[in-house]
Amino acid sequence: MTLADYMLLFGSMGIVTYLPRALPLVYLAHKQLPKWFVEWLELIPVAILSALIAPILLADPATRTLALGKPELIVAVPTLLFAVKTRSLGGTVLAGMFLYWLAGMVM
Amino acid sequence: MRKNESTEQGNADGDSGAIRQGAAAAWPICLGYIPIGMAFGVLARQNGLEWWAVGLMSALVFAGSAQFIAVAMIASGAAAPTIIATTFFVNLRHTLMSSVLAVCLSGVSRWFLAFFAYGITDESFAVNMSRFRGGHWDRWRALLVNQLSNATWICATMAGAMAGQFVPPGAFGIDYALTGMFICLLVIQVYGMIYVITALIAAGISIAWYIAIPGASYIVGASLCAASIGFLFKRVMRRAE
Repeated sequence: MTLADYMLLFGSMGIVTYLPRALPLVYLAHKQLPKWFVEWLELIPVAILSALIAPILLADPATRTLALGKPELIVAVPTLLFAVKTRSLGGTVLAGMFLYWLAGMVM
Repeated sequence: MRKNESTEQGNADGDSGAIRQGAAAAWPICLGYIPIGMAFGVLARQNGLEWWAVGLMSALVFAGSAQFIAVAMIASGAAAPTIIATTFFVNLRHTLMSSVLAVCLSGVSRWFLAFFAYGITDESFAVNMSRFRGGHWDRWRALLVNQLSNATWICATMAGAMAGQFVPPGAFGIDYALTGMFICLLVIQVYGMIYVITALIAAGISIAWYIAIPGASYIVGASLCAASIGFLFKRVMRRAE
């Protein structure tokens, strides 16, 4: 692929990624949002994160089937406890990496 | 209101305080992005992308999972419209984050918002939301979190493309960096029982959706369903009181 091909492809990918990021923010930030909508939006962050994590911990990405007992899931338990206890993002990332590395050694 | 308090606090701290606090909030994201960005760079290089193409893609798209998918599709010879459509659907979840952020950034100039929107990712969104909720946070600190994450991502992916073959795969548990980050980001968004219930419902729907339906629709689908069920549950509980 040439530079022009890359620009066209990545530019288009950039536009279709940017618009969903920008339009709701630019539009809704100048609206008086109804109270029920704000209450509903408050639950979105946990919902998104949980929806992102569940398949990482509980499914085999190659076959898209349920997989219980993955090292990712086992390591998630102490990592979660660490996060609840410390509420430190950097610490949890490091602890998770260390535990995963350890699990790779043992399992 | 809490937002005004945080703005005053921001002024009292001065610019250097804002930069320090923004950087302090961003560093765990950067820490996670370095190994993942480098891993992406290595993969992209192996699939025939030059280092400058990797940098161009990271700067124009700035979306981790979509970039991984796109590289796999480029390597398999997929047509550009297919890659662009896939990118759109994988990144559609940002509409939800963008809507949530509108509550915290209400009334801010549209030019600022248009620029801010470029840096909305799963990670920067979750970090900024937890800070906005705790007070003592403003748009400039939030923007700094976005842009530091962005700069780290661009540099890490390019570094991976240039020199990544020297990093052994799976070293130091780096494959778990993003998962560990997601787990902690989830924990710090929990403000009560209704949030725990919503998270559990989201996990259940997400895994079922992921298994049943190909593609990435499970993220948006499960998020919308779980937030709605959690919201109705909260309403019913309040009425019962």
